[in-house]
Amino acid sequence: MGQSSYFVPATAKWPIVGTVGMFIMMIGAANWLNAGPTGPWLFVVGAAIVIAMIFGWFADVIRESRANLYNSAVDASFRQGMIWFIFSEVMFFAAFFGALFYARIFAVPWLGGEGTGAMTNELLWPGFEAAWPTHGPAELGGDFQTIPGFGLPLINTLILLTSGVTLTIAHWALKKEQRGPLVFWMIVTILLACLFLSIQSYEYVHAYRDLGLTLGSGIYGSTFFMLTGFHGLHVIIGTLMLIVITIRCMMGHFSKKNHFGWEAAAWYWHFVDVVWLGLFIFVYVV
Amino acid sequence: MYLVFSLAMFLVGGAMALVIRAELFAPGLQLVNPEFFNQMTTMHALVMIFGAVMPAFVGLANWMVPMMIGAPDMALPRMNNWSFWILPFAFTLLLATLFMPSGAPASGWTLYPPLSLQGGNSLAFVILAIHLMGISSIMGAINIIATILNMRAPGMTLLRMPLFVWTWLITAFLLIAVMPVLAGAVTMLLTDRFFGTSFFNAAGGGDPVLYQHIFWFFGHPEVYIMILPAFGIVSEIIPTFSRKPLFGYTSMVYATASIAFLSFIVWAHHMFTVGMPLGAMLFFMYATMVIAVPTGIKIFNWIATMWRGSMSFETPMLFALGFVVLFTIGGLSGVMLAIVPANFQYHDTYFVVAHFHYVLVTGAVFAIMAGVYYWLPKWTGYMYDEKLGKFHFWWSTVWVNVLFFPQHYLGLAGMPRRIPDYAVQFTEFNMISSVGGFMFGFGQLLFAYIIWKCVRGGEKATAQVWDGARGLEWTVPSPAPLHTFDTPPLVDDNVAVHRDQLT
Amino acid sequence: MERNANLTGELKMKRTNELIVALAVMAVIIVITWGVFAVGENMPRGVTQYSQDVYQLHNIILGIVSVIGILVFTAMFTAIVLHRRSKGYQAARFSHSTKAEIIWTAIPVLILVVMAVPATRVLVDMENTGGAEMNIKITGYQWLWKYEYIEDDVSFFSALDRDSNRARQLGSGINPRDVENYLLEVDNRLIVPTNTRIRFLLTADDVIHSWWVPELGWKRDAIPGMINEAWTLIEEEGVFRGQCAELCGADHGFMPIVVEAVSPEAFRAWVSEQRQELADAAHDSARLWTREELMDRGHNVYQAQCASCHQGDGTGLEPAFPALVRDGVPTGDLETHMYTVLNGREGTAMAGFRDRLRPEDIAAALTYARNAWSDGAGEVVQPSRVDGSDRG
Ligand code: HEA
Ligand code: HEA
Ligand code: HEC
Ligand code: CUA
Ligand SMILES: [Cu+2]
Repeated sequence: MGQSSYFVPATAKWPIVGTVGMFIMMIGAANWLNAGPTGPWLFVVGAAIVIAMIFGWFADVIRESRANLYNSAVDASFRQGMIWFIFSEVMFFAAFFGALFYARIFAVPWLGGEGTGAMTNELLWPGFEAAWPTHGPAELGGDFQTIPGFGLPLINTLILLTSGVTLTIAHWALKKEQRGPLVFWMIVTILLACLFLSIQSYEYVHAYRDLGLTLGSGIYGSTFFMLTGFHGLHVIIGTLMLIVITIRCMMGHFSKKNHFGWEAAAWYWHFVDVVWLGLFIFVYVV
Repeated sequence: MYLVFSLAMFLVGGAMALVIRAELFAPGLQLVNPEFFNQMTTMHALVMIFGAVMPAFVGLANWMVPMMIGAPDMALPRMNNWSFWILPFAFTLLLATLFMPSGAPASGWTLYPPLSLQGGNSLAFVILAIHLMGISSIMGAINIIATILNMRAPGMTLLRMPLFVWTWLITAFLLIAVMPVLAGAVTMLLTDRFFGTSFFNAAGGGDPVLYQHIFWFFGHPEVYIMILPAFGIVSEIIPTFSRKPLFGYTSMVYATASIAFLSFIVWAHHMFTVGMPLGAMLFFMYATMVIAVPTGIKIFNWIATMWRGSMSFETPMLFALGFVVLFTIGGLSGVMLAIVPANFQYHDTYFVVAHFHYVLVTGAVFAIMAGVYYWLPKWTGYMYDEKLGKFHFWWSTVWVNVLFFPQHYLGLAGMPRRIPDYAVQFTEFNMISSVGGFMFGFGQLLFAYIIWKCVRGGEKATAQVWDGARGLEWTVPSPAPLHTFDTPPLVDDNVAVHRDQLT
Repeated sequence: MERNANLTGELKMKRTNELIVALAVMAVIIVITWGVFAVGENMPRGVTQYSQDVYQLHNIILGIVSVIGILVFTAMFTAIVLHRRSKGYQAARFSHSTKAEIIWTAIPVLILVVMAVPATRVLVDMENTGGAEMNIKITGYQWLWKYEYIEDDVSFFSALDRDSNRARQLGSGINPRDVENYLLEVDNRLIVPTNTRIRFLLTADDVIHSWWVPELGWKRDAIPGMINEAWTLIEEEGVFRGQCAELCGADHGFMPIVVEAVSPEAFRAWVSEQRQELADAAHDSARLWTREELMDRGHNVYQAQCASCHQGDGTGLEPAFPALVRDGVPTGDLETHMYTVLNGREGTAMAGFRDRLRPEDIAAALTYARNAWSDGAGEVVQPSRVDGSDRG
């Protein structure tokens, strides 16, 4: 903590721009959900403003970083910020995993008459047997089949794990300041990410079209799509980060010592990886 | 900025509370229909919690934490700016639902399904507003943690930090841990309502109670988010006006941390009546009761701080003392609520309402007022009007008890909460309570006036302001300059608030 | 000292301060003692073994926390009174004492154990729902209760009684004090035998409700799609009143519960009476009804089941609850009208009444709704039309 002075940036317009953008986006989303005619448009406009804000903001930060305005303390603050941001994301996923575990360990067995659920089953849902996967005693959403874990999902797991490895190789290159291999391995990582996303979308289409598995397929469909969908969203965000970072690598923004932007993206990517592992085990396999 | 916003929201939320109290003045429906009454209850709570109390604490942190640890500003000032600006917009979204054809949400601030799913268009707006507030709180919290961990002046070791800073460090951790969980819970509500999922629908294999578990996993830590910084403020004020170092500094830190830890494993004490297995009920009962121990340590430490001090009673001290007494009353009724068989009677009655207003209004809100009076001279450079301040304290204390104490009796006598009309035997206590509500409420306009007056001018404040005060914030001139410590001060045991602790 | 200038002012305030503090101490003590006594009167002792246990437990914990409160506040006010600067008291400098801290950690722990032991005993007792002599299934609806005596095959609805309902309307002009048992009376009471171990099976049809009669000592949530169990054994005859205790929408405050405990003999007699009535009603849905009969019954059904939302005169409570006297409802297509009432509207408070009401009730309500207000369509809807038996 030996900093002698701390960089205090000039006040910027981005926060307020971002807020207005989010505000418009949220109004748009809410209208959209309520089938209001202006919803989608507002949403898109808002989202565009938010994206512009993010680019603008980061452009400023990058400029300041390039101009060496930051010192080790600012760097440490950014690190703290990223760590806690990822932690908050972990807790977000924890809520959905919690729902999955609760449904499987408590709700469904009770409906099926186990433990305290004996009368529930007898009087309200006679004939319902607890099993997983299930779409519940009222068989919401009609018949469906699940996606077997040891097919495409396994391949997807391997793809994502590999992308973690290639990212690490890129890190070694970065530490040796070899820009060629760095960019190469970054691009490999991004390609793997895109591959993962394509397979995932293919699966969704397959689930909806051929398997009858939808968001409406009772608790199984709900947890399946919520978890994988949310994860997918994070993969998209992570991929965008990787792309931006790769461009910065090409422009030679990072040095052996100063590459926090790179690390932040990498941390995020590893987080996305780990969540997928949990998902693969608890959603597809067990 | 945060503080102005929060005061405005306090008045809005208070006005809603007054609508509630006005309707409950007498049996029969006189003013509003039941649907609107429920909207008022729901919005009152959401506005008070997310609009008044939380931003007030964040505001105090933004202002005081850098000063207290010898930093020029928050670690990530732009993000700070952003997390503030989100709030007014989020509340525009929330309050706008009042004017929608389907009205505001009316399912209580807990938004339990399936009831909350029956509402009209407003649900989507409310949920998205909650998402915005969540984003704002998380960013605010990240910022505070980064500031505390990275920007302390040389020599400001963790165990030299003022207690307010400590409590906020722990609160920020709680915020980051549970706000996303709330976001997850309401997201599932959203998909249940609009995308046909069945998380909370037994017909599809879900369970309405699942929502309650997730909500209270957020909700219980949330109530400590609203009280830990209050503990911090009080721990600053009492030593100052007792002219004696804080008693048991280290045990205060450990107690705060244990409260935070325990807050994660007691959530189901809000749902003893949903029909949990026996073992679960016992577990949650015991865990909840244990919280009384670290909280008690705090209370006893404060008293020991006063003991053989040289006390004087300026407005901040009065509010802090009021806090200790009245919060303890709220805490003790909390322990009663934790006793499961008794909770079967108390649950969802006015006994609970009395409990949480004692810990929230005379707890959190009183501490905020204490803090505002304490630091106001530092912010404005002027002394506030001490006479008016004392009057404000006594007025509030008397009426707040008239307002909430009778609600204990109402609850025990069997009056459920969240009802717009009641059986005639509850009339007297409700009338007393309503009178108290209006008198207390009008007293708060005085609070706004005192602040306004102090901002406008008055007796000049010195840098030290309070002769017994310690800590870095009192070494800078009043009003404090924009970027307080451009060159960090050197901190040693002499500057640390509780220097005697360390020798 | 910068504050010297203030010191004279402070001396003046000293006396007022002391007065105020003394008043405050007195107030606190009065409030607490008053609380201990007044509450003893307030909380019902109840009429079951369990409720008495709870009552006792309540007294124990209230006593304990009151004593803790008094001790804590006494210590604090002693310090306030003695150790004040205006008395010239010099501050000591101590700042910790491990011994004291251990003591005030250990003692609360012991107190908590003392509280936990009886709490655990009573709870374990309550949770044992076995050994029931009869079962009653309770279903919560917005906003009435349905009771089913499982063994006796008797069932009925129980809603807020007519007088209270009239008086509680916004601006009704009726003084609630003139209504007997305002908001605590129902049209059909839950009749139960004394000295019988009764198991309740609680559930709900739409949203979460909570069944609570203070005299029985507990409340338990009624959750849609799930069944919760609880039991009671009432030792005294009498009428016991309670209310729904979980927010369940606009009329949450208006769904009371009334339990009437009678001797087992009287209970058996009541059951046979009910069964006889049911048998009489059984072939009701098969026969043809006259317009007057339907309107008459329809009035009752409508007022009991529909008026809480759509209001007695069918004007609704816009925007939440639509008016039924609108164009196109009474005069509109009967099939749609009937479909709405039978199946409800997904995602709104309008529930389906197919399983709640008998066909003749629905037929009557429909007839009523299509004729009672202004220019109805004039149709008569027969029960056979409702249950579809007229189509084969
Ligand atoms: C700032 C907010 C705050 C705080 C600090 C607390 C503190 C506590 N609360 Fe409270 N609570 C709420 C806000 C808060 N609560 C709210 C908002 C609700 C209602 C939510 C809703 O339904 O809408 C609620 C509801 C609530 C319930 C559920 C009631 C119900 O719905 O049935 C319970 C049950 O256990 C409970 C218990 C406790 C306990 C044990 C504490 C403890 O932390 C208290 C500890 C303090 C003390 C005990 C006093 C000091 C200690 C001593 C002097 C030591 C000696 C004491 C002993 C040995 C006993 N609270
Ligand atoms: C920090 C949180 C907080 C605060 C500060 C308060 C403050 C107050 N609360 Fe609140 N309350 C809650 C949190 C809070 N409450 C929660 C969480 C619930 C549960 C909700 C639920 O069930 O879902 C609740 C529920 C609740 C109920 C129960 C409603 C019901 O069950 O139906 C009642 C009833 O008396 C009540 C009353 C009050 C009163 C009188 C105040 C007073 O302290 C307010 C003081 C008044 C003012 C500060 C007004 C100042 C303004 C004016 C004098 C008017 C002039 C202004 C203008 C014209 C703009 N509250
Ligand atoms: C819990 C409240 C509630 C009760 C009780 C209730 N309704 Fe409704 N009803 C509603 C709501 C809410 C709607 C609006 C549904 C919508 O928005 O589509 C509605 C809609 C209707 C409609 C359609 C109106 C239209 O504009 O098309 C009819 C007909 C109706 N109800 C009849 C009845 C009858 C008959 C009963 C009693 C047997 C009854 N309702 C009881 C809440 C209720
Ligand atoms: Cu039913 Cu409240
Ligand atoms: Cu809690």
